[in-house]
Amino acid sequence: MKRTWGVRIWRWSIIAVVGAYLLVPLYAMFDFSTKPFGFQDKGRTFRAWQIIPSQQDLMISIARSLITAGIVMSLILFLIVPTAIWVHLKLPLLRRPFELLCLLPLAIPAIVIVVGIAPLYRWISIHLTESPITLSGVYSMLILPYTYRSLSAALDAVDIHTLAEAARTLGANTSRVIFGIIMPTIKTGIVNGSFIAIALVMGEFTISNILNYKTFQVVIAQIGRTNGNVAVAVSLASILFVLVLLLAIPTKKRRSAVLDVDLV
Amino acid sequence: MSSSTYVQLVDLAKHFGKVRALDGLSLDIAQGELVALLGPSGCGKTTALRALAGLQELDRGQLIVDGKDVTFQNANKRGMGMVFQAYSLFPHMTARENVEYGLKLKAHKTAGDKRKARSAELLELVGLSTHANHFPHQLSGGQQQRVALARALAISPKVLLLDEPLSALDAKVRTQLREEIRRIQIELGTTTLFVTHDQEEALSIADRVGVMRNGQLEQIAAPSELYDRPKTSFVAEFVGLTNPISGKVSGGSIEILGSVVKTLPGSVTSGTGIALIRPESIDVVASKSGNAKVAAASFLGASCRLNITMNDGAKVTAQLPSSDAAGIGAGATVSVSLLDMPVFVKAAG
Ligand SMILES: Nc1ncnc2c1ncn2[C@@H]1O[C@H](COP(=O)(O)OP(=O)(O)O)[C@@H](O)[C@H]1O
Ligand SMILES: [Mg+2]
Repeated sequence: MKRTWGVRIWRWSIIAVVGAYLLVPLYAMFDFSTKPFGFQDKGRTFRAWQIIPSQQDLMISIARSLITAGIVMSLILFLIVPTAIWVHLKLPLLRRPFELLCLLPLAIPAIVIVVGIAPLYRWISIHLTESPITLSGVYSMLILPYTYRSLSAALDAVDIHTLAEAARTLGANTSRVIFGIIMPTIKTGIVNGSFIAIALVMGEFTISNILNYKTFQVVIAQIGRTNGNVAVAVSLASILFVLVLLLAIPTKKRRSAVLDVDLV
Repeated sequence: MSSSTYVQLVDLAKHFGKVRALDGLSLDIAQGELVALLGPSGCGKTTALRALAGLQELDRGQLIVDGKDVTFQNANKRGMGMVFQAYSLFPHMTARENVEYGLKLKAHKTAGDKRKARSAELLELVGLSTHANHFPHQLSGGQQQRVALARALAISPKVLLLDEPLSALDAKVRTQLREEIRRIQIELGTTTLFVTHDQEEALSIADRVGVMRNGQLEQIAAPSELYDRPKTSFVAEFVGLTNPISGKVSGGSIEILGSVVKTLPGSVTSGTGIALIRPESIDVVASKSGNAKVAAASFLGASCRLNITMNDGAKVTAQLPSSDAAGIGAGATVSVSLLDMPVFVKAAG
């Protein structure tokens, strides 16, 4: 009995410490964002929050970043996922090299990547378009380590070879096998990977800032230079948005159980 | 036979690195026939089946189905129904959706109503009508293989291919399901190739059994013929139990255990050979002046198995009807002789 109490106290104190570590900064942000910042303010105010919608720049940048995230998502769905499936199904020899390649963006600092791609984006902005949406190209490269990992884990959890062969004997062609059989089977992995990717795109600063594109985070930083309260309010809002997104990742619900199929 | 030949595998060869998985395999299957391919693990059974399904490219050889050369036809155009050793139901679809899957694809496109009727009919046939809306993870192993069978049959396949579909199931479900497979196969008249390493399974379900060894067909015959008249020592030893007993061969006969019996074609023709005797071919009678002693007796129900030590030290296993074995227990002195059945004799040493 005593020991279980000991374990319990231990457990709760760890949770408390970790919780405080995560929540105190968030609370501090909230506190700061509600501090008075003009002559007309007396005591607490939500003016910083109310101002957010009237910030033209900000709203446009949010829309752009969401569009960029959407493009990255579709690149994941129609390019990265089929490629990962293809490699797992048909090119087992390429699995290692492919995995290494996907991990590269983690090993190379963002600043180095920027230096490498800056000329390319200069060319794009001169000859094609200045829209920040073109960043979806470099982003879909940055998200590879996370997305590929979660796809790879999902693909390894199921006997995709047998599923693919069963579908083929029933008359399915390759695209039907990939989109109709294997993708639904690894749905949870795809959803997880995509959500992480969206979170990453919404939070990316270094590259877009250096390349001089006005993405969400860049605009927040700009606002921060003129009005700290609003900038912090927006940051907090974006953190909460991403948090909700990550919590929405299905964990152990109905259909996600497909990954738990026992193959015995 | 050749007039009704429906499927022909002609001189198939396939190697993986140094391993020759198929090494000149030829096999004919008649329409509506169930042929079992039997052989030890690694002898090329799965490779042969996958080649016929179009899932495995060949180095050499020809596949003919219903008079058409399908050697280079894609798997999704061949119309072969396949049931795999591993569970292969699509996990995101219910049992019914799994069965209907093939009927939604271009190759076997069927209108909605007909499709529903067909899947209901097939689930009924495999005894799973009440589980139509279950997902694979809600079904037992045996039920999953039934659905897989229904799914393969839904497209009215030219040939039904079964790759050790029962090997993951426990013994009771296995015997039950193999009888059902046979019942359904006869009912639908589907030409079937059934691969297994379990000789009892092969002998009990097939019209003909082909024994494979090292990528080749060693012998193909009806189960009783294969059992009683093996053409090679490999077949004799792989199919059923045998007692190796040495004796003198001459003029198509061998002398063993005090009897002279005929040898089968393919046997050693002279000198000393080792006869491969079935336990049922050995007759045992209780006798005070017998030539052997019973070391152990095990009751198997309808029959009884006796481990016997001959007076000269040789050990043999006999199996006889329980009624004949009454009163013969461990330690009993018995007289052992041979029933007059031709035996296969292999070279000594
Ligand atoms: N894809 C493959 N790659 C390499 N070797 C293989 C492959 N498939 C089968 N083999 C080899 O070919 C031989 C025959 O295999 P298989 O047809 O699966 O045998 P069986 O089904 O009779 O057990 C085995 O030695 C196996 O290791
Ligand atoms: Mg096999």
